[in-house]
Amino acid sequence: MKKVIVGMSTCGLSAGSQKTYDRLGELLAANPGAFELKSAGCIGMCYREPLVEIRENDTRIVYGAVTPELAEKIFNEHVGGGRVLEEHVALRIEPGRELGGSEAPHQKNQVRIVLRNCGLIDPESLAEYEAAGGYRALRKALLEMKPDEIVKVVKDSGLRGRGGAGFPTGLKWSFAAAQKSDVKYVVCNADEGDPGAFMDRSVLEGDPHSVIEGMIVCGKAIGAHAGYVYCRAEYPMAIRRLTIALEAAREKGHLGTNILGSGFDFDIKIKQGAGAFVCGEETALFQSIEGKRGMPRIRPPFPAEKGLWQKPTNNNNVETYANVPWILMNGAAAYAAYGTEKSRGTKVFALAGKVKNGGLAEVPMGIPINDLVFKIGGGIKEGRAFKAVQMGGPSGGCIPASLGHTPVDFESIPATGAIMGSGGMVVMDDQTCMVEMARFFLDFTQNESCGKCTFCRVGTLRMLEILTRITQGEGRIEDIENLKTLGAQIKDASLCGLGQTAPNPVLTTIKYFGEEYEAHIKDKRCPAASCTALVDFCIDAETCTGCTVCAKNCPVNAITGERKKTHVIDTSICAKCGKCITVCTFGAVYKK
Amino acid sequence: MVTTAARNDDFSYRLWRYDGAPGELIPLLQSAQDHFGYIPRRAIGYISGVTGVPESEVYGVITFYSQFRLQPMGKYVIKACDGTACHVQNSRMIIDTLEDELGIEVGGTTEDGLFTLSTVACIGCCSLAPVMMINDDTHGRLTPQSVRKLLRDYRRRETAARAQAAASCGDAGAR
Repeated sequence: MKKVIVGMSTCGLSAGSQKTYDRLGELLAANPGAFELKSAGCIGMCYREPLVEIRENDTRIVYGAVTPELAEKIFNEHVGGGRVLEEHVALRIEPGRELGGSEAPHQKNQVRIVLRNCGLIDPESLAEYEAAGGYRALRKALLEMKPDEIVKVVKDSGLRGRGGAGFPTGLKWSFAAAQKSDVKYVVCNADEGDPGAFMDRSVLEGDPHSVIEGMIVCGKAIGAHAGYVYCRAEYPMAIRRLTIALEAAREKGHLGTNILGSGFDFDIKIKQGAGAFVCGEETALFQSIEGKRGMPRIRPPFPAEKGLWQKPTNNNNVETYANVPWILMNGAAAYAAYGTEKSRGTKVFALAGKVKNGGLAEVPMGIPINDLVFKIGGGIKEGRAFKAVQMGGPSGGCIPASLGHTPVDFESIPATGAIMGSGGMVVMDDQTCMVEMARFFLDFTQNESCGKCTFCRVGTLRMLEILTRITQGEGRIEDIENLKTLGAQIKDASLCGLGQTAPNPVLTTIKYFGEEYEAHIKDKRCPAASCTALVDFCIDAETCTGCTVCAKNCPVNAITGERKKTHVIDTSICAKCGKCITVCTFGAVYKK
Repeated sequence: MVTTAARNDDFSYRLWRYDGAPGELIPLLQSAQDHFGYIPRRAIGYISGVTGVPESEVYGVITFYSQFRLQPMGKYVIKACDGTACHVQNSRMIIDTLEDELGIEVGGTTEDGLFTLSTVACIGCCSLAPVMMINDDTHGRLTPQSVRKLLRDYRRRETAARAQAAASCGDAGAR
C-alpha cells in the first residue's frame, strides 16, 4: 500500500502543512484503505514546504509546495491512478538510480549522517527508528564494548563539538571518564540560541531517538547514570517530540535500570530553558538547571571536573550526540573519511536570508562557502548580488563574497575573523546594510548579556550607542577607532564566550566593509538604501495604482495624489516612519 | 476527568509533591506561569515557602529570564521574530505592522485583553522568514497584508466564540 507522508515539523506547519494533512485525512476517511497517512520530520528542503512524500516500497517521490488542492490532485492521479505529477516532483529517490526531481541539486551534494532519518521516519515511532537501524549502537556499546573502547572510537573518528567551539569530542569524554566520582552527568545542550540556526530543532523534531541513543552511549563511556537535555522554551514541538521519545524508550527498556540486561542504569530528564541566550554557554546552562540566574562560572575548573552540581559533567551539542550512533555502527574510519584533516566528518548548515533554497544541508567539512550558497542554496533571490554571509551567529562575523572560496571548517573560517559556529549561515545581498547588521547584533548581545562582567555589560552598550548614532546619520570621525578599541577590550575582559565574541560582527564588518562605515559617517549616506534616517521614501510610478491608502495613513500628510493617479511623497515633510510601506498592498513604496 | 499527566503538570499538585529535589525552581515557575498566565505575587510566596528559596532570590530568577511575566498576558501572545534571518527579510516592517494593527507597542497588551505583542530573537524557522508565533502556532512567509489578515481572522473567531457563548448562556437563562 502506498504511504503518504507529510512533513510536519515546525517549518512545514508554519508553511501550512496542517491544512494539507487535514485534506488528506478527509480523503482517507472517504476512501478507507486507499493509502496510509503518516507524518515525518523535516527533510531540510524548508523552502519547498509543505512537502508530501508518496512512498511505495523503496521508491520515494517527494512533492513540493503541496497545497490542499494539489494534495487532492496527487491523491486522484498518483495514489489512485499511478500517474506521477512530474512538474511538481521536488525529489525522486529510487534505489540504483540517480537522484531526480527539480530539487535534486539541493540534495545530491549532501552527505546525511546527522540528518539520516529526518524526513524518512515518523519521529514519534520508536519502531520506525529501530527499523532504520536505531539502538543497535546502544546494544553494541552496552554489551560488547568497554568504556575506554567507546571513547577510543569517538576519538579516532575525529568528531569535534558541533555546537560552535569544536573541541575534540573523544578527548572531552576521556576527561570526564577519568574523574573518580559516583555521580556524573551527561548534558545535552539543546538551547540553540543563535538567530539563524535551526539544525538542532530539526534533529529533535525529526529524529529525537538519535540524540537519546548518543547520550546513553556517552553515559556508558564516562560512567554517568543521569542525563539532562536542556532545550529552549521557544521549541515547543521539539520538547513534545523528545518527551514522547523518552517515554517510548523507557517503555522499551532502553532507559531505566539494567538496560538491555547489561547492568547499566541511565535515565534522561528534560529541562526547559526560559528565554536566555546566555544559557547556551555551558556553565550558565548548569546554573539554569540548578535553578539560578544563568550567569557563567569561571573555568577552570572545567565541567569535566566540576560541572552540574559541581560533579563531573560531559556537555555536548545535539548534533554531536546524533553523530555517535552512526560512528559506532559504521566505524571511526568511515566518519573520518569525510571532511578535512583537522575537521573530520560532516556538518549540518542552516541556510537562510537572501538565498533561494533556504533550509538545512549536511555536507562534508571543507566544502567552499560558494558551493553552499550557489550549488545547494541556489544562489541569491531575485537575481541580486551576493554580498556577504554571516556565520556563527552573534559570535561570528560577516564574510564578504570575495572570500566565497573559503572552505568551511574549523581552521579556515576563523582565519577570516568570523567563526563557523553552530552552523547558521545567513546570506546577504546588496540591499543589506552591513553597519545596520553590526548594530543589530550588538542590540542582541547587549540584551542578552547577563551583566556579570563590566566590560561586556557596559562596553556592548557603548558600542551599540555608537553604532545607533552612525545609522542615524550622527556618526563622528573617531567612531571607528573607538569601536575597534572597545571591541578589543571587551574581548579581553569578559568571562564567557558571549562577551568574548560580541564584538566580532562589528570588527569583521569594519574590516571588510569599511567603506560603508565611511559613507555613513562622512557622507551621511547608506549605500544599501536601508538605514531609514539616511534614505528617502519614494513611490514607484509604475506600480502605484492611486488607491490613496498611503495618503490617508500618513501621520504628517506628506503624500499627495488624486485617485487612480500616481501618488508622491514630499521628502521635506516625510517623517520616515515607514507607515506607508506597511499599508501599501501593491509594494509601490520603496527606500532610496 | 483530569488525566494523571495533566494532574502532574498542575501547579498546585507540583507544589504539593515537591520533595526537595534539586533544580526544580525554574520548572515550578514555568508551571505557575502555565497555570496563571503569568507569575502573580502570591505564586512567588508559595514557591518560596515550599522550596525554602528566599523570595528575593526567586524574584531575581524571574527577572533574569525573558519568558517569565509578572503582568497578566493577553489570550494570544504574539512572538514576532527579529532574529538575523528574519531581520534580513524585513521583520521590522512586520513588527511595525503589528504595532499599527493592534494599536500597542512591543511589550504591551491590547485593551480587550486579546493580544500581547512581544519580539523574540529566533524561533528556528529561518527559511520561512519573516516568522511569528501566536501562542504555539507558527506563521511564516509573512507580509504586512498577511499579518493584518491573520489578526483580523483571530479577532473574528473571538467575536464569534463570544457571541456563541453569550447566546448559549441566554438559552440557559431562558429555560
